[in-house]
This record gives sequence, structure tokens and C-alpha cells, in this order.
Amino acid sequence: MSATGIGAAVRRKEDFRFITGKGQYTDDLTRPGETRAIFVRSPHARAKIKSIDVSAAKTMPGVVAVLTGADLANDKIGGLICGWMIHSKDGSPMKMAPHPALAADTVNHVGDAVAVVIAETLAQARDAAEKVKVDYQVLPSVTDAAKAKSGPQIHEVAPKNTIYEWALGDAKAVDAAFAAAKHVTKLDIINNRLVPNAIEPRVALAEYDSGADHLTLWNTSQNPHVARLVIAAFVGMAPEHKLRVIAPDVGGGFGSKIFIYPEEVVCLWASRKVNRPVKWTAERSESFLTDAHGRDHVTHAELALDEHGKILALRAKTIANLGAYMSTFSSSVPTYLYATLLSGQYDIPQIYCEVDAVYTNTAPVDAYRGAGRPEATFVVERLVEVAARQMSIEPTELRKRNFVKSFPHQTPVIMTYDAGDYNASLKKAMELADVKGFNKRKREAARNGKLRGLGYSTYIEACGIAPSQAVGSLGAGVGLWESAEVRVNPTGSVEVLTGSHSHGQGHETTFAQLVSERLGIPIDNISIVHGDTDKVQFGMGTYGSRSGAVGMSAIVKALDKVVAKGKKVAAHMLEAAEGDIEFKDGKFTVAGTDKSAAFGDVALNAYIAHKFSGQELEPGLKETSFYDPTNFTFPAGCHICEVEVDTETGKTAIVNWTAVDDFGTVINPMIVEGQVHGGIAQGVGQALLEGAVYDKDGQLVTGSFMDYTMPRAHDLPSFSVGLTETKCPSNPLGIKGCGEAGAIAAPAAVINAITDAIGTEQLTMPATANVVWQALQRAQPARQAAAE
Amino acid sequence: MPAVSMTVNGKAVTGDVEARTLLVQFLRENLRLTGTHVGCDTSQCGACVVHIDGIAAKSCTTLALQCEGAKITTIEGLAAPGGALHPMQEAFRENHGLQCGYCTPGMIMAALDIVRRKGNDLDEHTIREQLDGNICRCTGYHNIVKAIAAGAKAMGKGGPARQAAE
Repeated sequence: MSATGIGAAVRRKEDFRFITGKGQYTDDLTRPGETRAIFVRSPHARAKIKSIDVSAAKTMPGVVAVLTGADLANDKIGGLICGWMIHSKDGSPMKMAPHPALAADTVNHVGDAVAVVIAETLAQARDAAEKVKVDYQVLPSVTDAAKAKSGPQIHEVAPKNTIYEWALGDAKAVDAAFAAAKHVTKLDIINNRLVPNAIEPRVALAEYDSGADHLTLWNTSQNPHVARLVIAAFVGMAPEHKLRVIAPDVGGGFGSKIFIYPEEVVCLWASRKVNRPVKWTAERSESFLTDAHGRDHVTHAELALDEHGKILALRAKTIANLGAYMSTFSSSVPTYLYATLLSGQYDIPQIYCEVDAVYTNTAPVDAYRGAGRPEATFVVERLVEVAARQMSIEPTELRKRNFVKSFPHQTPVIMTYDAGDYNASLKKAMELADVKGFNKRKREAARNGKLRGLGYSTYIEACGIAPSQAVGSLGAGVGLWESAEVRVNPTGSVEVLTGSHSHGQGHETTFAQLVSERLGIPIDNISIVHGDTDKVQFGMGTYGSRSGAVGMSAIVKALDKVVAKGKKVAAHMLEAAEGDIEFKDGKFTVAGTDKSAAFGDVALNAYIAHKFSGQELEPGLKETSFYDPTNFTFPAGCHICEVEVDTETGKTAIVNWTAVDDFGTVINPMIVEGQVHGGIAQGVGQALLEGAVYDKDGQLVTGSFMDYTMPRAHDLPSFSVGLTETKCPSNPLGIKGCGEAGAIAAPAAVINAITDAIGTEQLTMPATANVVWQALQRAQPARQAAAE
Repeated sequence: MPAVSMTVNGKAVTGDVEARTLLVQFLRENLRLTGTHVGCDTSQCGACVVHIDGIAAKSCTTLALQCEGAKITTIEGLAAPGGALHPMQEAFRENHGLQCGYCTPGMIMAALDIVRRKGNDLDEHTIREQLDGNICRCTGYHNIVKAIAAGAKAMGKGGPARQAAE
């Protein structure tokens, strides 16, 4: 391993600009003549817009324009779409309701935008926005997933607010397995609604060039090409070649910046209308109201086992709240990203899952770190843990009895697991967590009046969603390959243009490590370029832990082509047959001789083209690839959470956290560990602290960082992180992906630990001090009886 | 519009601002010092932390006019004029204390204030408690805590360390 190659903990190349305040986030950019936009938003969960009076606003100082949903409709700007078709059990297509970027007739959630004020300054826009008079007729609303079907109908196209009623698996076989089971464990689970809360709020800066009839959008996007495609092809803003989307430094995404949002559409449209640049920067309260939320499932799940604790079948019925409109990929999250993972790490012969997706008068719900897989893992890992406790089998023993042990393994829910060693990660995690010493620690804690508990989560996820043909057959409107272009400059330095997008993942470092290793050139001679549709060929962006497994595989493919072309050039330079040229450590060598040419010399010769004719070989050294994987990847591992619960206050302290993950090949262990830490923090946030709450009138009562508890430093412990490795056979580097593991594994580990400590399974997330205290009061008689 | 004068990163600056202009707006929009960020509306996230006369403050909750005559240090003012990083900046890089980088300037400025108040030998518990006013969504804080401990120690050893707001 070289100091900068694959496997090295290289310090990040991008950090210098961030630690010196020189990052360039979208809000840091400004354009000559820039105006500022403020949106007028609905204060009601559901209402008819009887009229909008913009006359007073228009006369306010500095106002350039005030535009409404009616203006948008007049200009025939299309609505936003959901790009993944799901069919119901009866074969009918999902009921996708219109989603105009500015509501013209009815508003469907608090925060739904009805008008935009464009002014010279932000303060002027804000002042004028207060003068926009909207006359609403308030209508009854529904926010709760479980009540959606009996609530007032929100969209004409969706009776009973039902988007689809989907199912996966063999219901009859599952029923038969349950009928024959010796033990059945049943759980009712609420997977709490979360707000992603990347610390950089969303921003859109749009500029219209009237001379070229061309639009540019700078935005906080995880996938600028997909944004351009949707805004061009579905919204109809401009043809694709007349629209450039640039996502510069992006301050975290976690899924929420995958989607195409109304504000981006409106800023583009407005910039053309006023013929000046228009910038909108979300306030945090707008982020809470309008960023796509995550999770929000209501589930009943059952596990059937034989007398030895062998799992026979699993069934689940889930209601998924998709909010007021279908966000870009929302339909796929509670279906193909959820039910397909209900086999966990286990050999489960039969699985059946029904999912009803519903509209409610809440912010749209879409992919948030893990997207469907945290929900699935929570169902499986809670069922397994509770079943073990009910059957008096050690939870780790029950898991081991059911682990998938031979690969490839076909689950009953589509997936074919390709490689893994689940015993290995469990064993290593148990050693690192000192599980043997737990009982002693528990006794010591008891002496201090504290309850200690240990919780496991042996999770699996499916990353690098692919291949395109397969996801197409499941309803995806896009392919899920990735592209790369490797440009070797005449001086031998290299630019890699990638369709992946980095918003914290460190691609400028890890991708350069790959290139350094493969081409044998210093890491400082490599630049990674991403996030600009004018520079980079079409690419699919970054989400679902796909940048390593898919994005880097595309780079490998392009690098292989560069080396192959380099060999041709070197053959001419060294006057040898192309088949005799070998490439190693940055040098092209004639096999069995000491004749060689350095990579940089070959690059120069490729461009000056003095050693070969144009008929023999094209000049230049630049190669492109599109890589479509053969399968998903399956990262897996074991997280162990140890908690101490204060019986007086109900407050939970996480005292130890151990994570052992199998991510396949690791490019940079420092960065991978950082991804694990961050994922765990978000998972712990879900388990202990975070929950988006709407009141009965549809007001988001957790609408700021003062009401919605983000994990702070003192809420979390330091983490003990380890790795095991089985290579992923489905891509050339053997990478599985690491971005979501922590968020997927953590919630079940925390809740398993607390329920172990307090002796009751009745515990909802977030398990705040109040929730745990109430559970303790309910469980007290049982605990006392057990003690006696 | 009233005029305001202050010293920012050692340079005297003046500007005409509306009375309601926040310090962070003055820094970002008037001075184009965009390293100081805004992450919330409620003084919770700390992405906007700068030093006012040597003490950490949230520039999103400070009016520019309140800073008349004050000495302000922002993230852009930490590295030595020749470009050598402040030990706390270096510690964040060395310990992978940042991912997306958005909260980082505020984290570093808050970290320096912890050192000012609590000294160079910081234990994990102290750092975690003292970071209550700064939110990071990427790192899970693990490496931020390590970075602050290491940065504080490096500052104590002197070296190229410059107390930020001195």
C-alpha cells in the first residue's frame, strides 16, 4: 500500500478551503445585478386559495416583481414529478397528484408556497412579502399516517388519500408458515418522522442570459444532472442544452438534496421573467417546513419461529406517509428500498409485506440517510431481539442460528446477497464491546441506581442500487449507472470528471487515491471535478452509498482505457509491439527489458503526436466510461449499544458504542470511520431525540432547532469502530459502500439496549427521558416481580 | 443608513448599513467574508460563531451596529498572513474533524473560545459539554472532539499558535 493509494488514511485534499473559510457554497456566490426572493407560504395545512392580492406588495420599496401560482400556470410551467412508478396489488398505477411549484388553487401543507416576492435586497423582499394578502378558506386536514385513509381527501386523483397499495412476497406461503409455527412474535412499530437538517440550508441562484437564451442554476444538489433532466423534460423550463446546473460545495445532504424542489423551479422562471439573477436562501424554519422529511412508517410486523428459534417466516403491514405531494423518489423508499431488506442477515424462507402509501397534509417524505433500509432493519432487528427474549434464547445465539452462511443467497424478497460473513462481524463486535464483562458492569450500575442494557443490531443494507435494467423493471424512471471521464493533460497531471457528487464524503481525496494507485502518479497531480453539467458528462449523482461502488468503478473503467491507450503510445515511443508493453508504478516498460517511458512522457507524446501518424492512432489521452453494476452491494455488520438508564429521570446515557462493519474494500479508513460516526449519530438521534411532530391542525410544532432535538456533542459517546472484510464480487474494486450503515444500524441497537435495561418492549422513538420514564412506570410491577 | 466602523481580521472597515443588519450579513454581504455561515434562525447551530473583542459570539444574533469600534476575528483571520494554519485549523484537518465543512468555521472559532476559557488540557467531557452551542450533522462529533483536544494541546506548546482574537 502506498502512502496515498487505496487503503491509506490520506488527509483530505478538500479540507484546506473549508478550515480557512474559503469553501464556495451556493449562498457564498453572488451574480451581478442579483435580486433576492422570499416565498409567501401557507400558514394552513389545507386551504382553498380564494384570492391573492399582490397590489400592496408591488408598491413596496425595492420590489422587482411579485409572482403567484396563477402567473406560473399562465406561463405553462410544469409541475414536479415523482420518478419511480409503483403499481398497486391490483395492477393500477400509483396516484400521482399534480405538484405545481406555486400553489394556485389549494395549499396542502403548512409551508406550501403560493407566491414569490423578488426585490433588490433580502430585507425589502421580506418586508414586501408581508404585504401579500392571501384569502384562504381553511379546509379540514389530516397529518397522521394511520388516519390518512379516513381523513378528508386531499387530491382528486387519490381516493382515501391512497397513493398505492403494494405488496411483495408470497402471502399464502407465509400464512402457511405462520400456521405451523411454534412461536410467533408480534410488534407494532412507529418509525418516527425525521427532518434531515443538513446544516447548510437549501439555496437556489438562477440567472437568465437573454443573449444566449440560456439559464444557469446554482443549487444545493446531490445530483445536478438529474435536476437538469427533470427541470428540462418534466417542468419544461428550458431544453436540457439551454440549462446548466452547478452544485458547488454542498454542506451536507443526507438525501434531502437529491430531490427537485419548487424553489429551484420558481427562481429559474423568475430570473427569466425579470431578466436578472434571482437568489433564494432557505431559512432554517423553511427547511423544516419544506425539505423532504424522512421515515414516518406505521407498521405491524410478525415473526414465525420453530421450537429451536429457527425463523420460518416474516410478515409486515406498513402504512407509509408520503406527505402532501410525491417527492422525486418518494415512491421507491417504502417499497423497493424497504421490503426487499426484510430478510436482514437471516435465512428466512418466506416473507410477505404490504405497504400502503398515503397522502397527508404534511411536508413531502422521501429518502433520508438509509431510506427504507433503516425502517426495514428496525422491524427485523426488533422482531429478532424480542423473539429471542420471549423464547429465552440468547439474542446473539438466535441470530447465529439464522444467519445466512452460504453465498450467493437468494432471499424471498428479490435480493441476491453476494458475499458476507455475519458471524465474523458479530464475533468481533462482541469482543470489542467486552460483552463478557457486561454482567459485571450491569451489577455495578445497579449499585448506583442505574439500569444497564445491551442492544444488538446485525443489519444489512443494499447499496449502489443497480443494475439499470433491473431497477427499470421495478419502476425506476432513470438508470443507475455512473459515468467518469479521465483527462490526462500533456504534462501528465490528471483531471477526473465524475458524475458522483461530494457533499461531505471526501471524493476529492478518495477518488484521487484510486487514480494515484492505478496510474502511479502523486495525489497532488490529480484533481476531481464534479457538480457542473457544463463540465461533466451526464451522471447520476451521490446517494444510496453509491459513489464508491458505482462512481469509482466507472473511474476504474476509464483508467483502464487510459492505460490501454498509453500502451499504444508507449509502443511507438519505445519501438516495441503493443502487446509487449507493461504498465506498473507509473511506468510503461517493454517486457523483459529496461526500456521504459514514464507516464508523464507518454502523456506528452500522446498530445504532441510526433511518434505516430494519425492513421495509426488518434492523438490525445482522454477516456470516458459509463459503468453499470451487475448487482446491488450488501454492506453488513454488527452494532452493539450499551446504555445506562436513570430510573429517577428516565434519561438514557449511551455508555459504549461498538460498530463492526463489512464494507468490502476500504479506500480511506479515516473517511470510512467518519461516515460510520456520522451515521450512528443520526441513528441515535432518531432513537433518542428527534421526531417531527404535527399538531391536529397540521402545524409543525417541531419547527426549529429549539423544538426539534438535534444530537449535540454531549448526547453522544465516542465510538469504537472496527471492520471486517469480504470483497464485493459485483464491482472491480470490491467496494460495498459505507455512507448509510450507521443510520441503518443504530436505532434498533439503541431501542434493543433500552428495552433490555428497563424490561419492557413497549417503547416508542424518540425514547426521550419522558418516554422512557413512562415506560419504566408501566414496567415497574413486572420488574419488581422479577426481582422478588 | 447609519455608518458602522470596526476592525475585521486586523483591517479597519466601514460601511453603511440598515439598522437591522446583522453582523453576519455585514461580514458576508458587505465584506464578502463568506467563511462565516448561517445554519439556523434561532442561535442554535453555531455556524456563525466569530470573535468579538476576543470572545466567541453568534454573529447571527448580533447587530452590525452593536460592533461599532469592535475587533472582529473571523475564520478568514486565523491563519498567519503567510498562509500557515492556526494549530486548531491544522488539528481539524489532521483529525478529520470535518466532512461537509459547513459547520467547521463556527466549530473552530468556538473551539478557540473553549481553550481561552478552559485552558489547553481539555478532557472529552469538557469539550462535549462546551460544544452545546454548535451543531454538526456529519461527523457525530467524535473527530471534532479529538481535533479540539489536539488543537488545544498544540496551542499550549506555543509553536505557530496565535490566540485568535489577540
